Amino acid sequence: MAKYSLKINGKTQQVDVDPSTPILWVLRDHLNMPGTKFGCGMAMCGACTVHLDGNAVRSCSLPVSAVGKSAITTIEGLSANGTHPVQKAWLEHDVAQCGYCQSGQIMSASALLKSNPNPTDEEIDAYMSGNICRCGTYLRIKEAIKAAAKK
Amino acid sequence: MKIQKNIDRRSFLKSSALAGGGMMLSFSWFSEAKAAEKVEALNLADQWSELAAYIKITPDNVVKILVPNPEFGQNVMTSLPMMVAEELDVDWKDVVVEMGTHDNVKYGPQFTGGSNSVRMYWKPLRNAGAAARQMLIEAAAQTWGVSATEITTKAGVLSHSSGKTAKYGEMAAKAATLTVPKEVRLKAPKDFSIVRNSKKNTEGLKVVTGKPLFGMDYRVDGMLIAMIQHPPAFGMKLKSFDATAAKKMPGIKDVFSFKLYDDGFEQAGFDTRTFNEMIAIVGNSTWEVMNARKKINAQWEAAGDLKETMMGRGGKTEKIVPGRLETTSLQFELMAEYAKKPAQQLRKDGDPEAAFKNAAQIIERTYNAPFLAHNTMEPMNFFAHVEADKALVAGPIQAPGWMEPTLIKLLNLPADKIEIQMTRMGGGFGRRAYAQYAYEAARISQKMKAPIHLIYTREDDMTYGIYRPMYTATYRAALDVNKNLIGFHVIGGGIPENPVHANRFPAGAVDNYLAEGWEIPSNITIGAFRAPRSNFNAAAEQSFLDEVAEAMGKDPIQMRLDLLKRAKENPVGKNNDYDASRYIGVLELLKEKSGWGKPENAGKKRGVAAYFCHASYAGHVVDMVMRDGQPYVESVTSAVDCGVVVNPDAARNMVQGAVVDGIGQSFYGALTHKDGVPEQNNFHNYRMIRHNEAPKKIDVHFVENDIDPTGLGEPPFPPVFGAVANALFKTTGKRYYNQPFMSEQSKS
Ligand code: FES
Ligand code: FES
Repeated sequence: MAKYSLKINGKTQQVDVDPSTPILWVLRDHLNMPGTKFGCGMAMCGACTVHLDGNAVRSCSLPVSAVGKSAITTIEGLSANGTHPVQKAWLEHDVAQCGYCQSGQIMSASALLKSNPNPTDEEIDAYMSGNICRCGTYLRIKEAIKAAAKK
Repeated sequence: MKIQKNIDRRSFLKSSALAGGGMMLSFSWFSEAKAAEKVEALNLADQWSELAAYIKITPDNVVKILVPNPEFGQNVMTSLPMMVAEELDVDWKDVVVEMGTHDNVKYGPQFTGGSNSVRMYWKPLRNAGAAARQMLIEAAAQTWGVSATEITTKAGVLSHSSGKTAKYGEMAAKAATLTVPKEVRLKAPKDFSIVRNSKKNTEGLKVVTGKPLFGMDYRVDGMLIAMIQHPPAFGMKLKSFDATAAKKMPGIKDVFSFKLYDDGFEQAGFDTRTFNEMIAIVGNSTWEVMNARKKINAQWEAAGDLKETMMGRGGKTEKIVPGRLETTSLQFELMAEYAKKPAQQLRKDGDPEAAFKNAAQIIERTYNAPFLAHNTMEPMNFFAHVEADKALVAGPIQAPGWMEPTLIKLLNLPADKIEIQMTRMGGGFGRRAYAQYAYEAARISQKMKAPIHLIYTREDDMTYGIYRPMYTATYRAALDVNKNLIGFHVIGGGIPENPVHANRFPAGAVDNYLAEGWEIPSNITIGAFRAPRSNFNAAAEQSFLDEVAEAMGKDPIQMRLDLLKRAKENPVGKNNDYDASRYIGVLELLKEKSGWGKPENAGKKRGVAAYFCHASYAGHVVDMVMRDGQPYVESVTSAVDCGVVVNPDAARNMVQGAVVDGIGQSFYGALTHKDGVPEQNNFHNYRMIRHNEAPKKIDVHFVENDIDPTGLGEPPFPPVFGAVANALFKTTGKRYYNQPFMSEQSKS
């Protein structure tokens, strides 16, 4: 066990966990923040995507010991109540089916738009390919990303 | 899968008068509703007046509609309330939605599956809305001292010709004391103002803000995390284990083995038994439990043949589950062997033997498909808190009603001491109709005397069985000298289930027809997978018809239309389970919307398929190109007849999803075995369709009619496989007979 001071969604949070504990489980089990989802545990599905200093990372494969002073943003911290342009576009396009993959999709999409405000279809495909949607909402995700890019 | 088809309206109305509040699992509201109203709604817990079981109204006119069926992405949290709101005649903006509790007496079957939610509740929920509206009118009539017939309603407001008006909320308390009317009049489809008008997902805001909605998100104070270690192979069982090291790991509470069912346990139809004895690891947190599990030193041994006692509708039966350790290549060999043996005749029309004997040309093709894992994005998991005299279980489950009798037996508790809560499901596709994971959670909680949350990792989930079965089918067509189809024969089988739907098209359209089936028992457990059996049949039959059309020198759509015309005007046999007119309607719409045969589409590599299942009709035209040396589905045109479309935009989403799913499964889906061990266990070796592989465009069109809604979750899925196979032929010049298509391609 070791003590860590983590910057999450603008707040500093203390946890006492094994250094190998992935951020995913720190968030879900220790900080009661279940918005970040578990899908595969091996960086293959993107359900657990969060931002680390603004970049999309798979929290299931990011040990707490590797975070250091970097700032983590989760779906709960993306906006106060669903007002981030990407979240708004998701609602406008009624993207979700089961919804389980969508916090990961939104975190990937918002990181993409931050680094590339006007992505082409191919750039969206390339960036988003790490995020599986078992329900097959890929077309709406792409539409929503393009709509959010215009905002 | 048999479930009660229609809830008798009278018994429903009677039962709806029962009192009942219950635990609130999830509040939901509409993103377009005014924020103040939403928040107010949450603070009005004591002020709800309950009307007709599904409806609660506050004095301030907030209308809460309870949803009987669990949500797994098919949008019932929106479409079912729309049906109530339509007949209740309220402003959609005033509606909040909540998942109902599990109560089969009050709400009927509460089963999510078989594309049945809207179909099953279409009448009961509209009846409930209409009954509540009638009660509100009656309350106003009594209050105002006027005749009920003089009162009209509009958007949650009651009006009398004298000029008196009242909001529903003002009359709700009085209305709740009145008897639920026995007869109500429902709106004609032409008068619908909510149904058929797209409404946004009522849980959309919660989804995009990461609110706890899913089983995985369920937690209570003092809850422990549990995982199971199941045998590494189908056909193996636990021999012994040493947990000394695991128990010493930080955060671990206990490691023990447990039996799911006691010896001689009588399993109901959906009580699967993939493995009966497993090791449970229980601790404080997921990561600690995962790590401790790796320290368990377990020995496994061959289980041998097992006897299962099943309690079905036909009474008690005993079934022997063979103990062999299966390997995929051998499974295919075994299937090929069985395919040559005499099989069970499922249907025979005319004289198929003579037709084939006299044929000028016979076309014979065999199609194969592997096991598929459901791979719901949310892995299996369940919460359980079993105490001496009561139990609470909560989680993602498609069939809460089927769990209850089994839990009663497992826990030895009466029904009224077992509370079942349904969470939103991160996908289901049939997998969550099999509650073994919930029973495991209950067993572990019982042993721990503590609230526990059982979590499967992706590896646990993918290697646990309940797969789509492995199938094969051989189709034969007999053509006469004029290239008329004079005979049709299908023989199909699988591990462990026969896929053939004997009474489906082209049965009814061919004079001489024979359908046969066979099965090979196996210890690999299987379950319903989005359009069970149909998802294979449509692939095989629709590719075969494409080849037959080619041999007949006919356009593939025209060939189907000609056969359907025959089935419509002069059907062969009596038990054809499809409606040829609706089938024709879908093909014609598809032809029109895809511009089939139009000069501007002449250069396209197109494949077509259409299929009937779950009471609905769906077809697709798939346009394929080669991209970076690989076939790629660039765009799709879809046509569906599912009767009245309750929530059109959400319905389009569902069809688009089914198309993407179908492309993914047919291209890549496969779960194979080596000596009983699944060869895929996570997304690095089980390939799922991804963003860049999804089509750029999927245009969805619905046949417009006033038929009561039929199914939608499943019907658009099966024909994708066939349309993809047929487009592959156009693109590559090669016919694809074995799924997954991309692995066949890489072999050749
Ligand atoms: S759970 Fe992290 S990528 Fe799948
Ligand atoms: S919406 Fe269900 S997995 Fe994406």
